[in-house]
Formats: sequence, structure tokens, C-alpha cells
Amino acid sequence: MTLSLTYRETWAVIHGMMLGSLFLLAYAGGLAELINLSSVWSTEAGVIKRVRRLKIGTRVMAVVAWLTVITGTYIVYPWYRANPPAGADLTMFPRSLLLSKPETAEWHKFGMEWKEHVAWLAPILATAVAYMVTKYGVRLAKDAQVRRAVIVLFTISFCTAAIAGLFGAFINKAAPIH
Amino acid sequence: MANPQAELNNGPVAAAMLAAGIGCLVLGIITCLAQARKAIGAAINFYYPTGPLGGKTMVAIVAWLVAWAVLSSKWKEASVDFGKMFMVTLILVGLGLLGSFPLFFDLF
Repeated sequence: MTLSLTYRETWAVIHGMMLGSLFLLAYAGGLAELINLSSVWSTEAGVIKRVRRLKIGTRVMAVVAWLTVITGTYIVYPWYRANPPAGADLTMFPRSLLLSKPETAEWHKFGMEWKEHVAWLAPILATAVAYMVTKYGVRLAKDAQVRRAVIVLFTISFCTAAIAGLFGAFINKAAPIH
Repeated sequence: MANPQAELNNGPVAAAMLAAGIGCLVLGIITCLAQARKAIGAAINFYYPTGPLGGKTMVAIVAWLVAWAVLSSKWKEASVDFGKMFMVTLILVGLGLLGSFPLFFDLF
């Protein structure tokens, strides 16, 4: 049995299935920690432990978000958007392959166009969240206003990454990177 | 010795939050501008393999970092109306989302 991936497929996996998925999966844990941070439900020692985990978690998520968009934009995307020479096999040129048929063109015109832009909001917002958690620390447990703002920005960051991830998965199904 | 007043200041977190909103807004604006004026798209095509996308995101990141540096320095030891700043941030992020939505930027 041989399990193999091409160089390009390996990068597509690193970008989407490893980095992108890690960010999306980590959101649930981070959200639970933020919601349960309220000092009403936690002891002082519990809050300190939760904030320590949150600081590490949100920093890791911010780094992962940056790595996801950087690998996506500067490594995988150039293969996606490359112009094929005349008479080339379009399966090696995903954007051109999608645009070659009316039934798949919208995957590029709407899906990819949205994904490639909206994805970049995720690391900006995730960095702000990581900074706010790090700077505010245990005060987050007492300050409901700031905690709510962190939760909302964290959720918007997740939603933008989820939109990008969802369209990335569908587009890679319709016109895979080989 | 730590300054107890500085520990109560929400200026630095408000600065980080608002700067992120500004970064999102700039990405939305530059996306619409690049769509409306091909010359702008060409001008920010800094790295050919990525097309204008690399330039759009670079402009947004620079705007975000500059805004963060300026606001941080201004609000380093200040307390601001956090609720108001949060609402402004949400509006900026919302406009950024709108500007980066294809059905909207294709209107230009």
C-alpha cells in the first residue's frame, strides 16, 4: 500500500487540514474558557489557571491564523491562480478549470473571491484578542464588558476563518490542487 | 514599582481592539478600490504570483499596525469609553466584512 501526496498537495494539506482546522477546533476550547471565566463561577485560583490557559491558547491561535493565511496566500494560492499555457491540461490550473465551465465558475467568482479576502480578517482579530487577554489577564474575570468584547471579536475571527475554510474545502473538491 | 492607576487603564486594550477594526476596514476599502480602478489593482500587485491580493493585505496590515502604534501611544496611560470604542470597532469590522464580500465589491 502506498500513501503519497505531491509537493503541492502536501502544502494544501498543511494550509487547510492542519493549520486551518487547528484554528477552528481551538475556538471551541477558547470560547468555553472565556464564558466560564466569570468570577461568579470560579475561585480565584481557578481564574488564574483559566487565564494562563487562555493566554497560551489565544497566542497559539493568533500564530496559527497568521501561518494559515501566509501559507494560503503565498504558497498555495499562486498554484491556484496560475495562468495555463495554450493547450495545457486545466486540471493543473484550478482557477482556469473552474472558470472554463459555467456550472463551476461561481466557485471562483464568488467562493474564492470571498475566501481569499475574508480570511485575512481572522489573524488581525485573533491577534487583537490574544493581546487583550494577555494585557487584561485576571481582570477579564471581573470586567464583563471587556470579556464580552473579547468573546465577540474571537467569534468574528472564527466565523471569517470558517467561511474561508468551508469554501477552501469545497473549491478543493471542485478543482483540487495537484 | 507598578503604577496602580496604570493597571486600571483600559486604553491599551481599546487601542488594540480599535486598530483591528481599522485594519479590517482598510482591507474592505482597498478591495473595493482595486476592483473599481484597475490601475490601483495593478499598483498594489507587489508580488506577481499572488496578484493584487498580496498588496491589498499588505496595505491593510500596515494600516492596522500603524493605527495600533499611534493609538497605543496615545492611550498608553488613559482610560477610554470602552463600550463606545467597542461599538465603533464592530462598525469598522462590519464595513470591512462588507467591503470584502464579492457581491458588494463587484458593484464597483
